[in-house]
Amino acid sequence: MLRARTLVLATAAVAMFASAAQAGRGTDGQLKILYWQAPSILNPFLSGGTKDVDASSIIIEPLAHYDEKGNIVAALAESVPTVANGGVAKDLKSITWQLKKGVVWSDGTPFTAADVEFTADYCLHPEGGCNAAERFQDVTSVKAVGSHTVKITFGLAKPFPYGPFVGSTSPVIQKAQFKDCMGAKAPTCTKQNFGTIGTGPFKVKEFKPNDVVLYVMNENYRDKNLPAFDSVLMKGGGDAVSAARAVLETGEFDYAWNLQVEPEILSTMAKAGKGKVISAFGTSVERLMVQLTNPDSALGDKRATYQGGKNPHPFNKDPAVRRALSMAIDRAILVDAGYGPAGQVTCNVLPAPAIYASTANDWCKTQDTAGANKLLDDAGWKRGSDGVRAKDGVRLSLLYQTSTNSVRQGTQALIKQMWQAIGVETELKNISASVFFGGDQSSPDTFQKNFTDIEMYTNNFNGTDPESYMLRWTCDKMPSPATQWIGQNMPRYCDPKYDQLAKDLAKTAATAERAIIAKKMNDMLIEYGAIIPLIHRGAVAAHALSLGGVKQNVWDATPWNIQDWHRK
Amino acid sequence: MNEIAQASTVSEADSQEGVLQHRSLWLDVWQQFRTHKGALAGVGVFALILLSVLLGPYLHDIDPQYLDYKSKNQGMSIKHPMGTDNLGRDMFAQVLAGGRTSLAVGVTAMALSLTLGTFVGVLAGYFNRLDGPLMRLTDLFLALPILPLLLVIIMLFRDLLRSILGPEMGIFILIVFVIGITSWMQTARIVRGEVLAIKQREFVLAARSIGTRPHRIITRHIFPNVLSPIMVSATLGVAAAIITESALSFLGLGFPSDFPTWGRLLFDGVPFLNINPARVIWPGLAISLTVLSVNYMGDGLRDAMDPRIRGR
Repeated sequence: MLRARTLVLATAAVAMFASAAQAGRGTDGQLKILYWQAPSILNPFLSGGTKDVDASSIIIEPLAHYDEKGNIVAALAESVPTVANGGVAKDLKSITWQLKKGVVWSDGTPFTAADVEFTADYCLHPEGGCNAAERFQDVTSVKAVGSHTVKITFGLAKPFPYGPFVGSTSPVIQKAQFKDCMGAKAPTCTKQNFGTIGTGPFKVKEFKPNDVVLYVMNENYRDKNLPAFDSVLMKGGGDAVSAARAVLETGEFDYAWNLQVEPEILSTMAKAGKGKVISAFGTSVERLMVQLTNPDSALGDKRATYQGGKNPHPFNKDPAVRRALSMAIDRAILVDAGYGPAGQVTCNVLPAPAIYASTANDWCKTQDTAGANKLLDDAGWKRGSDGVRAKDGVRLSLLYQTSTNSVRQGTQALIKQMWQAIGVETELKNISASVFFGGDQSSPDTFQKNFTDIEMYTNNFNGTDPESYMLRWTCDKMPSPATQWIGQNMPRYCDPKYDQLAKDLAKTAATAERAIIAKKMNDMLIEYGAIIPLIHRGAVAAHALSLGGVKQNVWDATPWNIQDWHRK
Repeated sequence: MNEIAQASTVSEADSQEGVLQHRSLWLDVWQQFRTHKGALAGVGVFALILLSVLLGPYLHDIDPQYLDYKSKNQGMSIKHPMGTDNLGRDMFAQVLAGGRTSLAVGVTAMALSLTLGTFVGVLAGYFNRLDGPLMRLTDLFLALPILPLLLVIIMLFRDLLRSILGPEMGIFILIVFVIGITSWMQTARIVRGEVLAIKQREFVLAARSIGTRPHRIITRHIFPNVLSPIMVSATLGVAAAIITESALSFLGLGFPSDFPTWGRLLFDGVPFLNINPARVIWPGLAISLTVLSVNYMGDGLRDAMDPRIRGR
């Protein structure tokens, strides 16, 4: 006992000396973050969920981040390569990153260009479903030129060469740790995926999937004065309201993420004076994904797969139906009921930055029930005795799923009633967010599988360039058993013209022209009705008044600058 | 219910004439039950809830799912006796519609679990050969973690039942079934214990010695004597089933989100507690009153059916 106490005292003394020597590092105690969608994996390459990307971004870093204004700032790189500083080749076909010298992984081994090269191999492995694959579009090779120099070569001129390794969805993982986890083996490497080694300000101490992550300070972090906190507790689970309450009313937590809560509740809570609600508009759009393939459970393995277009959805295949569903929605009411100042009506899946926002679809901003009814009448969908339209024995009765969240269930109820007015019967289904966004391949309820007729969620892209985002809806991005259900093309949209535009976008250098192509792609998706955009959402979060350094960032992961967070 | 009603008229006739007639079991039970004030109040409240839930929607004919967005978050008024929620749905209509579902789930699930529990309990208690296997089965069910089991069952069968019976009926049957098969074990154990004790009594021995067959002994002599613990489990079962249904709705595994049940109304109302307390108070009150009245009824029934207490 006595010995134990002496040991504790000695440790404390050492710790005091250490903190005196390194002013500021680890002096602010524990940072408590609340994510009501609990992280399920700490490898962003294997999960598209924002919660997992954010939880990983505390440990592993990309070569460069986007700051809160959308500018690219160096992280693991010495500086951001541009044509002007010679980092990007004149023909725009390659980019050369100089890595920071002296950076070590949290296990003490040096971080080198080999790790970057390995990360690219890992993600580009043909058998592995890598969620960041879209960021590696057109990459022909990633080579370590020296110990701290990486050259990325593209198959064509790449006007925006900041896809790979920029932003938290595309960080660098350690070669030594992941070298046995390539391709199909990737999801089975539980030890690695749950205990990722990184270069970031914190390292994992304990991870309970779908519950809690405990991080401790990475003593090998490159800035000797950072981070200010000695540990981070990221608690998952619960719901958005209790998360908001924990920060704004009771002050148990320092930061709560993604507060999709009815506006009247949030404003009442903020009056308690313990915390502050912050928001920023980025690229998040609450949208309906229209299932274009048949999700009938009788189809077995072919359920909700494209099958070369031979497996169309029984009624979503009719363009009139898709258009009518969109026309019947009064988006202003949805914003007012569920979002307040944190939402705007939108008719685009690509709503920002401003130069990329199309105006071609503004017809959707005003509800047109009569027009929708006429459209369905003309298309031959006749109302039955129960008020539900049918054609050739197919009833317009759809299953509409989303994650469990009272705002979403409110939106569902409102939309159900709007669709009822045009003779569409709607059955609502809601799934726990951890399951819905969890990407668990054994669950039938994930948003990738989309075994329903329509699903609703929000997504966005990191950074300011929409190229990789717009690439999500090319034919090859459809989730299916062949891709381990990874991919973001939830509607199973496939149009060669769209794929061609995606190729054109990759070749075009001038920003103005890129904007034209991106808008055209957006308009194709909306015109076709594969995606029905509803609301342009601001990212709403809350932090304790005592927490400083938070820069609400809609272009990168929320904890992108967690090393700078501190107690005021 | 019918029998009791008949018994009451008979008993009144009895007292008027002052003649001692044949006394049936149910008459005695009713007379004892009447002396329990709480139980009578329980019957009254439960009957009131049942009646308003069954007849209410005919008198207050607003569609519980209709969203009148312009009149959201309203307080009590003549048009909306319990106010409206944040999407403009009428709370009173929702509480009435929710009550139908919650009570139906509670009563049906209780009936299922009671039948199963009594059946297993009586068989295990009466037949020595079945005792071992049936009680081990009971232990097995008791050892199963209920919530994960529910999640797996619902995940496996939801789609199937939905396609056969439609979303609401399918999930109703699934929930009733799931609650029923996970809550019969206590009843089975209690009933088995009682049966074991009664089996050794002289009247059963007498019946057996004159050659009465087992099924007659069970229905005629044993069953009426174990009715008291069964009744108590029944009342507790209704309350537990209503609450389990609320828990499932809470996890998003129950009925669709726009299909009101008391549990869901309560769950949806909680975030609005500061703004519109009525949203929580009404469904909460309905659940509490139902559970309380059913428990009082059970309490009264237990006293009334125990011959050692009866008449004191």
